[in-house]
Amino acid sequence: MSEEAQPPRGAKVLVKRHSAVTRITHWINAFTLAVMLMSGLQIFNAHPALYWGRTGQDGDPAVLSIGAVEGADGTLKGRLLVAGAAIPTTGVLGVSDVEGIPTPRAFPAWATLPGFYDLGAARHWHFFFAWLLIANGALYLACGLVSRHLRRDLAPSRDQLTPRHLGREVLDHLRLRFPKGDEARRYNALQKLTYLAVIFVLLPLIVLSGLTMSPGMTAVFPHLLDLFQGRQSARTIHFIAVSLLLLFFIVHIVMVVLSGPWNNIRSMITGRYAIRTEEGA
Amino acid sequence: MKRLITRRSFLTVGSVAAGAAAIGGWEALVRQGDGGPLIRSAETLTLRAQRLLQGRDALAREYTEADITPRFYANGTVQPDTPDYVQHQGSAFADWRLSVGGLVDTPLSLSLADLSAMPSRTQITRHDCVEGWSAIAKWTGVPLGAVLKRAGPKPAARYVVFHCADALELTLDGSGVYYESIDMIDAFHPQTILAHAMNGAALPVAHGAPLRLRVERQLGYKQAKYIMGIELVDSFAGIRGGNGGYWEDRGYEWYAGI
Repeated sequence: MSEEAQPPRGAKVLVKRHSAVTRITHWINAFTLAVMLMSGLQIFNAHPALYWGRTGQDGDPAVLSIGAVEGADGTLKGRLLVAGAAIPTTGVLGVSDVEGIPTPRAFPAWATLPGFYDLGAARHWHFFFAWLLIANGALYLACGLVSRHLRRDLAPSRDQLTPRHLGREVLDHLRLRFPKGDEARRYNALQKLTYLAVIFVLLPLIVLSGLTMSPGMTAVFPHLLDLFQGRQSARTIHFIAVSLLLLFFIVHIVMVVLSGPWNNIRSMITGRYAIRTEEGA
Repeated sequence: MKRLITRRSFLTVGSVAAGAAAIGGWEALVRQGDGGPLIRSAETLTLRAQRLLQGRDALAREYTEADITPRFYANGTVQPDTPDYVQHQGSAFADWRLSVGGLVDTPLSLSLADLSAMPSRTQITRHDCVEGWSAIAKWTGVPLGAVLKRAGPKPAARYVVFHCADALELTLDGSGVYYESIDMIDAFHPQTILAHAMNGAALPVAHGAPLRLRVERQLGYKQAKYIMGIELVDSFAGIRGGNGGYWEDRGYEWYAGI
């Protein structure tokens, strides 16, 4: 976000919003996470139950499970069991159509990669893109540190962290009022805190809980098993953390659309973001 | 002079072309199911990276008696049905012999008594199925390295292949018979044992009697049950499907450390 010559008030100016590294790593990351989510759901389908602790197998108490049961009329019903509640999910979870035929399947074909059941293939996809996720993430962090992008653009500034300012931002978000003028030159505080949480909490949690499922990795770093309370807990935390990431993604897309989709998307492709200088400010 | 190609038109045409190429490439990859050689290359990277971090002897976690899973789920074959196996089972494996052959100086034929007389190792470890579940059991057996040392691997030996009694799939050419393979690093790992006992009793048939492999830094499908023979080879390309194991021939990774 470089300083430009002062334009007349109320004029539309294009400011440089995102560096080339930010833009490239953003799109690689988006694509990588989409492939990992879909192949991950295919892997989950091989044993659609989550447990807490070191072990967990068929018949053990599950934190969450997705299954198919035969209804009173003889048809297959999808059922999600979570926190002691049985939720009917026919058509989406447990039972969904495969070529028009209701089929027992935890997550539906449209949500998985490959679409047909193939655990081996899904693992190949998942692990190839896991390497890409790490490489891309390392590139982003290294460039972000060197160029001071993380400190300059993502760390909230002092004035943004006052309760008064944060309270106003929450209200503004609820009223769908987005920053204008000079204030739009930087991310708002809620945005910064969310991005920081995703980059430094959620994604590392997903990577570490994923590695904890690898018997090869836990032979090297056995403390991962203690950190996550066991391999099955790690698998459950992996699933929950990815669910939170999906929630972030949905909110992210909604915010992009509500706060000017074309301007936002252009800024993530070309780097240029249009703002209106403040009138009468 | 007016430029024929402006920066804007160059970027637009370039983006559309790049987008089309990306979509075309992606379609080609997805159509292969497992993504083809590029996507599958991650397995080699994972193997190399894990080996670099592990060294030869990093141990899988061992647990206490209190952690043992009461009813350990038996996966895959739970009762082999070949006449040969059923006969051995009827005589409590008294006449069963483990053959050790291939690229060795001294081929061996070992009875259960021979194996029990050899130094043994007991370990309480976690079994992780590729599908996602885990269970803990206590395994007792002969370190595979001790058996191999007795046979004397030839310098050309690179892999240890385990031939099993069970067929998971009925096929005319025998390609449905279970088998597995590991490399010499895992073969000589201290926790790699040929287990003949589980939780202090003789190995149950459902869990691979009379002998199964435990290779603790890898997933469940590497833990071959019902082992009848061990063969040292320089390549597994010519064995059954050529990928080093029953599940490997059906698309799973040969290296199952992840």
